[in-house]
Amino acid sequence: MEWETVIGLEVHVQLATATKIFSGASTAFGAEPNTQACAIDLAMPGTLPVANEQAFRYAIMFGLAIDAEIGKRSYFERKNYFYPDLPKGYQTTQLDQPIVGAGHVDIELDDGSTKRIRIHHAHLEEDAGKSLHEDFQGMSGIDLNRAGTPLIEIVSEPDMTNSAEAVAFAKKLHSIVTSLGICDGEMSQGSMRFDVNISVRPKGQKELGTRTETKNLNSFKFMEEAIALEVERQIDVIEDGGEIIQQTRLYDADTKSARAMRSKEDANDYRYFPCPDLLPVIFDDDYIAQINDNLPELPEARCARFISKYALSDYDAKQLAENAAIANYFEACTEQCDDAKLSANWVMGELAASLNAHELSIQNCPVSASQLAGVISRIKDKTISNKIAKQVFDALWNKEGDDADSIIESKGLKQVSDTGALGAMIDDVIAANQKQVENYRNADADKRPKMLGFFVGQIMKASKGQANPQLVNQLLQEKLNG
Amino acid sequence: MEASEIAKLAQLARINIEADMVDEVTESIGSILNLVDQLQAVDTSGVEPMSHPMDAVQRLRADVVSEENQRDNLQATAPATDKGLFLVPKVID
Amino acid sequence: MSSNITKQRSLHELSITELNAGLRNKDFSSVELTQHFIERIERLDTRFNSFISICSEQALTAASRADAQLASGNAGVLCGIPIAHKDLFCTNGIRTSCGSKMLDNFVPPYDATIVENCANAGAVVLGKTNMDEFAMGSSNENSFYGPAINPWGENCVPGGSSGGSAAAVAAQLVTAATASDTGGSIRQPASFCGVTGLKPTYGRVSRWGMVAYASSLDQAGPIAKSAEDAAIMLNVLASFDKKDSTSIDKTKPDYAATLDQPLNGLRIGISKEYFSDGIDPEVAKLTQDAISFYETLGASIKEVSLPHTQLAVPAYYVIAPAECSANLSRFDGVRYGYRCENPTDLEDLYKRSRAEGFGEEVKRRILVGAYALSAGYYDAYYRKAQQVRRLIKQDFDTVFKEVDLIASPTAPTPAFGLGEKTKDPVSMYLEDIYTLPVNLAGLPAISIPCGLTGQNKPVGLQLIGNYFSEAQLLNSAHKFQQATDFHQQTAPDLD
Repeated sequence: MEWETVIGLEVHVQLATATKIFSGASTAFGAEPNTQACAIDLAMPGTLPVANEQAFRYAIMFGLAIDAEIGKRSYFERKNYFYPDLPKGYQTTQLDQPIVGAGHVDIELDDGSTKRIRIHHAHLEEDAGKSLHEDFQGMSGIDLNRAGTPLIEIVSEPDMTNSAEAVAFAKKLHSIVTSLGICDGEMSQGSMRFDVNISVRPKGQKELGTRTETKNLNSFKFMEEAIALEVERQIDVIEDGGEIIQQTRLYDADTKSARAMRSKEDANDYRYFPCPDLLPVIFDDDYIAQINDNLPELPEARCARFISKYALSDYDAKQLAENAAIANYFEACTEQCDDAKLSANWVMGELAASLNAHELSIQNCPVSASQLAGVISRIKDKTISNKIAKQVFDALWNKEGDDADSIIESKGLKQVSDTGALGAMIDDVIAANQKQVENYRNADADKRPKMLGFFVGQIMKASKGQANPQLVNQLLQEKLNG
Repeated sequence: MEASEIAKLAQLARINIEADMVDEVTESIGSILNLVDQLQAVDTSGVEPMSHPMDAVQRLRADVVSEENQRDNLQATAPATDKGLFLVPKVID
Repeated sequence: MSSNITKQRSLHELSITELNAGLRNKDFSSVELTQHFIERIERLDTRFNSFISICSEQALTAASRADAQLASGNAGVLCGIPIAHKDLFCTNGIRTSCGSKMLDNFVPPYDATIVENCANAGAVVLGKTNMDEFAMGSSNENSFYGPAINPWGENCVPGGSSGGSAAAVAAQLVTAATASDTGGSIRQPASFCGVTGLKPTYGRVSRWGMVAYASSLDQAGPIAKSAEDAAIMLNVLASFDKKDSTSIDKTKPDYAATLDQPLNGLRIGISKEYFSDGIDPEVAKLTQDAISFYETLGASIKEVSLPHTQLAVPAYYVIAPAECSANLSRFDGVRYGYRCENPTDLEDLYKRSRAEGFGEEVKRRILVGAYALSAGYYDAYYRKAQQVRRLIKQDFDTVFKEVDLIASPTAPTPAFGLGEKTKDPVSMYLEDIYTLPVNLAGLPAISIPCGLTGQNKPVGLQLIGNYFSEAQLLNSAHKFQQATDFHQQTAPDLD
């Protein structure tokens, strides 16, 4: 039988606010356990929440970016369940009147066509803390630093039919939220987490099959793997005459396997009701219009601008615009060195390769945009060759100097453009290679340029790559043709 | 109200009810539900539910860090901690 | 209308105003005053059990600081005055138990806003008063620390949940006390103990640091010897607080400034629904007499109708349990409070910590609340109750177009006997029939003593005002107290 897969995503996006959604505690990542969990975050008796305006602004920005209706009146509800990482015994979230209503994003498929993915709604809620399962006297340790970090949960319609579409959608959301600056996009720190709802049905069948939810995937790769695994599992179960049980599953990226979550085994009755500690949040049209007027450029608009302003190719522009941090880096670099083509080549080439090799994100790149611009400027004014530039870049990466100039200076990498010095080098090479000189001089004019390469190579070798190649060419031809 | 329903509520509320107490709890909850069942007779069609006495609007807070690390104070009466973490019996996801 | 009581007046009998004058006159110091009260508490509270914690050391430190402030002429309105806080207001460094085993060991590292307000005004805190566990109860019998006892009768309950605050003021163990009112928990014990208790408009007093029972109903207020003292206390307690999203940002009048305004033209409504079946005839009589007395003060009386009053009890016993079922989920034995011995696993830790840490009434309300919110029942119970809540509020809105205040008994009975109603929770719930509608609507109301029954039990008159009419309520109560001396009647044998 032919099977069809139906996929919907719930995406948790940590908002890049300085403080929690209901308290003034910091949201900075990586602090010592429970040092950023204040009395409110710990649900100490008598404490009360006060909502953070920035979280709402960010949620509204997202809503505007996906063409959604903004909830001018929204309110918070309590979702009741017990879990050690949930201090109040309820999560403050939105159910009935979320801040962001229905919207959509368009994804590009491999064949170049686009597909519209509908978004059901996006709501604000608080993140939970973390349970650490390492052995603490045979117990689990609870760190509540993350508790209360603002999230938007983006709920898509089940509009995706395979893992490639799901990944494209997830990447598109990543690109939107980072372009808006409402999320740092650090997947490894859990800034974006995906729950994937998957069901299969015989091709052509109208009704949806029973779905499962695989929770808490924090990379595009894991998501792709988890979807493939779950689709295969469901088809196997059905083809073996079994039935799919609605359940929540966990994917283990290390073992590339998944299992049903035990803590979610009994169907939960969350007993939602309006949170009496918080009042309805109301925004007027002016407030929303003001946010709309100041909305940062979205990836699609930026891509178009890169093509028109910097004359980049479609491919380069798209690559650069997709990731806001990279796009910002590219623009900062271009602004300083005034060469978009070289900037684009370096950012997508040497820089991307180095980041990849070191598993770093652009945010943690040891070479700043202005340092790279310095390197490119020296290529442009012919102080260094492309090859030497790579050496300078590596030196900057390793913090061997503050800028390109000081590294060129201290390592003596300046391109030799002194006719006298080069002349002497050329004379030496000619003297040492009389046979090749004779061959060259006897060759036909059209064969000569090719043969010139040998001498250029010798001279570059002698100059440790620092000879100005154009000048070498010119001087060599004068002397050999002499 | 049945004893099995009480067991379900007790599970939702994470409150242990000893076997010999189930009947008594069932009965007292039942009598309270009888009392509140008076509500069913009221025609409330078209009446907007009221969650708050005031028709006030949520004030929003500026996104400025105002809380410092108070871990030692806040954990002073905690049942079990180690290295700044609250300890609980093993959590199974 | 007056019963003459002449008595040698000692420090514990004096009002806040009188104590203020004495302190400023240097008739006595705050340290002397504080020592006087500590001595009384230590000697007498074994009878009344009105305190859960006594803070002698901190009180004496605060008193000597107050004396210094008084000497420097830089003293707040409560400077050097001994007060007590109901044990659900968080007090930095002082155990805050909420009357529960669950929080028997809980010492908050922060103050409730009203605790801070009192400290800023120079008040001296003698201790934390007894209460029904998590403010759930109408008799103070649901306290982990045993019931407080009504000074008017050794076998009588002081009412609840703020039974300790009312008993302590009535027993003259403290001049005034803070309390909280979710369904009558200030007014009913004030009525039972013959003292004055004010429940302000929802949002007038900050809820920050007050351990929540039912967040949309809870409101803190004072219990005092008189309306005048209650006004001075409210001046300190009421504040706009950014830390409480439901705190109302509205100018606070000086509640003490308008106490003496004449009541000419005051329109008082009486509603038959507040004299319903089951009301004690003596309570009805004393209340009606008090209402009639208002006519001699210049007020006019008008019959009004609040047709949904009877539904307040069922609506309340859905809404309050629903909110409490979520509010009390944080007491899970993980971060603070009681944890059961040797939990076998996480579920066991939750279930036994909560079963052993909470008392029966608290568990009952949590279960009722879970039921009212659970799948399939939400609309029939929770949503329905919220709709009825609006009908009750609309009743008041309509009536307040015709009258300024509504007068009624505070409770249908005088103080009842210990153990009399503990077997049947529903009979206990019906005690709050006249006080609950006020919380559901969020209105302010005051209870003032209006006489004693034949068995020498105090009866309280409830005055309900429109939103933010505390000044008018206090004015009306004060004028009554100027013309009568019910509020000066004290329980027998307070030494």
